Amino acid sequence: MQLQPEGLGVWGIAVAVAGGALRGSIPYLFVSLGECLTETSGKINLGMEGVLLMGAMSAFAVSDLTGSPWLGVVAAALVGLLLGAVHAWLTNQPAVNDVAAGIAMILFGSGLAFFFGKRFVAPMAPQLPLIGLGFWSRIPAVESALRISPLFFIGVAASFLLHWIFTRTRWGLQVRAAGDDPQAARALGINVSGVRFLAITVGAALAAVGGAHLTLYFPGIWSEGISGGQGLMAVALVIFARWSPRRCLAAALLFGGAQSLGLSLQSLGVKGYYHIFNASPYVFTLGVMIATCSPSRRLAGMPGALGRK
Amino acid sequence: MTPPPHLRAVGITKRFGLFTAVDDVSLDLPPGSFHALLGENGAGKSTLVKCLMGFHAADSGEIRLNGASAALSSPRAARLHGIGMVFQHFTLIPSMTVAENLVLARPDLPATIDWPSERTRLSQFLSGAPFHVDLDSRIAELSAGQKQKVEILKELYLQTRVLILDEPTSVLTAAEADEILGFLRRLVDRGELSVLLITHKFREVQTFADSVTVLRRGRFAGGGSTRTLDAAGMAEMMMGEARAERRIGKTAGEPGAPRLCLDNLCAVGDNGLEAAHGVSLTVRAGEIVGIAGVSGNGQRELLEVIAGQRAASSGRITVDHQTHLPSREMIRRHRFFVLPEEPLRNASVAGMTVAENIALRLFDQPPFQRSGFLTDPASIREFAVRMIRRFSIRPEDPDAKIESLSGGNVQRAVLARELSGGDVGVLVAANPCFGLDFKAVDFIHDRIVETRNKGAAILLISEDLDELLDLADRVFVMSGGRLVHETTPAAADLAEIGARMAGHH
Repeated sequence: MQLQPEGLGVWGIAVAVAGGALRGSIPYLFVSLGECLTETSGKINLGMEGVLLMGAMSAFAVSDLTGSPWLGVVAAALVGLLLGAVHAWLTNQPAVNDVAAGIAMILFGSGLAFFFGKRFVAPMAPQLPLIGLGFWSRIPAVESALRISPLFFIGVAASFLLHWIFTRTRWGLQVRAAGDDPQAARALGINVSGVRFLAITVGAALAAVGGAHLTLYFPGIWSEGISGGQGLMAVALVIFARWSPRRCLAAALLFGGAQSLGLSLQSLGVKGYYHIFNASPYVFTLGVMIATCSPSRRLAGMPGALGRK
Repeated sequence: MTPPPHLRAVGITKRFGLFTAVDDVSLDLPPGSFHALLGENGAGKSTLVKCLMGFHAADSGEIRLNGASAALSSPRAARLHGIGMVFQHFTLIPSMTVAENLVLARPDLPATIDWPSERTRLSQFLSGAPFHVDLDSRIAELSAGQKQKVEILKELYLQTRVLILDEPTSVLTAAEADEILGFLRRLVDRGELSVLLITHKFREVQTFADSVTVLRRGRFAGGGSTRTLDAAGMAEMMMGEARAERRIGKTAGEPGAPRLCLDNLCAVGDNGLEAAHGVSLTVRAGEIVGIAGVSGNGQRELLEVIAGQRAASSGRITVDHQTHLPSREMIRRHRFFVLPEEPLRNASVAGMTVAENIALRLFDQPPFQRSGFLTDPASIREFAVRMIRRFSIRPEDPDAKIESLSGGNVQRAVLARELSGGDVGVLVAANPCFGLDFKAVDFIHDRIVETRNKGAAILLISEDLDELLDLADRVFVMSGGRLVHETTPAAADLAEIGARMAGHH
């Protein structure tokens, strides 16, 4: 981390956490939007962790080979489309369970990423240009904390776009219908399998773009442990956001902020509880799950046919 | 407005493998007519209309529209000719609003939706409709009657001219059914609509239809104008025999000691709100106590608590003054049996065979269990064969998966399981005859009364008031989660009961 908010005290933590939220939220945001789209259509893609790693690896590789980080982002999206198509095809088979196929896809995606990523472990690829939001401040620490990846703005736009799609477009209504009551949707003449196929593939492409952020942003290297389970946590985040794209944005910011808490405190000299603060997003996830789940009632907003054919 | 087309089906035959579901049936639906299609469960009514709607391709026969042969190869093709259908199950998306459902059904919906203009069109359309439906309420919040109204509004919004309804009133109260069918009747009288109504309620046929076609085992069994046919005549066509006059064989005599007591029972519904508030009642031995009410007033949650499918939030159940909890041991000790609604979902394991389902109560008892832990498939099967014969379950195959049986036969199989021991202490039944033909209804009513006469305490929860007034010794009315009224069939005031059901206290 390039943060040295010394001399800012508590404000230093606030700025660091805010900056961390804006940066750290990006993978959560893209994966949760992708999963939100997938689950709204009634399917579950637990394989997002594998998609995230494949997105990270392929974005890094293409950026390294072509010298263009944006081509890397496009490559990640295409790889996501392909992995999503595999998951969609698999789970469309009558005897295939979404969750089992998803777990297989985590292993498949990460194995594939590690295999093809072997030769890219050492070098540094060209990174995405950053957009500075700290121009109003003359304190260098604040300025550097608020240098944000352009993917963040694309993700924010995507969350509002997805909400618009769900409420204002034919395809969006069809996705919701397929997810809530596929039998009724079929009676309305909706091609449920087709609608779900597209939702899963586009969802996986979004998640893969989140992976591109992992390798095309500081420090800009590819390593096998780069995702750290963020793909799985983002799937849980969708439940917390109760399947609303706009709440996915808020939840991703919250998770991103929680993640940067440990780093910010460390840079302030708080050393003792480093690992505990690093665990905060995970503790946070568990807490959220316990707080929002009730044995006596169904979750509001949950697609009625989630995981059912 | 274009008048409805003249729809004729000529000599329709549809086979599924070796089974002939519809055999050489013809049907005539002139513009502006209200035609009823009568028949028992499995008589081929649904298959016939699915051929008209393009869901099935008929093996032989022809469909004519205004005299010209029409190839209705898909529901979409049927819709283009103005033919629409309301199904037995709802085709509304529960999490969406009424407006979203109506718009989603439009075949020519543009890729992006211009909500302001869609809403203007919808409110214009609704201002001409006789039902009040709030465009912004979500389907999941509506009652069955309101959902059925939305289904019908959806068809009218889509400019349907020939409306096929597959038992649309099975989930409605009599008053709701009359309101909806009366509205359709007025549209037919104005020449704006033709209606083909599948039903097995004679009252609806006689009140609303012009003419009727009766099917029996896939064949045409009779028909004609409803003015010349009476209920007995139609029943004879349906059954192939005159329906015996109903006699409820209840033995007279005072009921015995209090057996089943519900003491201030409260239950929380799926939505987290309290669905049943302090329900207290006592059922004595040899007595049938009925609970009447419109669905969605807490009956389902109450039954689930009694059956052990839902935890009570407070209150308790006692049998013979002992607390009753739904453990196998206590259910056996209290001889406590339940006949829930939707038995395939609530009282059977769909993927298991009929024999296994019939054995679910007794499989861990001798003679079905030997040496303390081994079940004996041969004796389970042999027992099932006897039960299948005694309860006339079709097909007579103990190894058939129970999910492959018709609704009436699933109910018979569950009834066989619950009543086979003969020694019933408590029986709790909910809508036991929902969606069944009257042969099955009579059979189930007879078994329930027989069980009462043998001294069981019976709690019967039903949305069918006639059923309750026929069978019960005392009747409660449930509304808004509370028991709001108590009466006896002899003293029952229908107007009073109706008002209590509707929530006027």
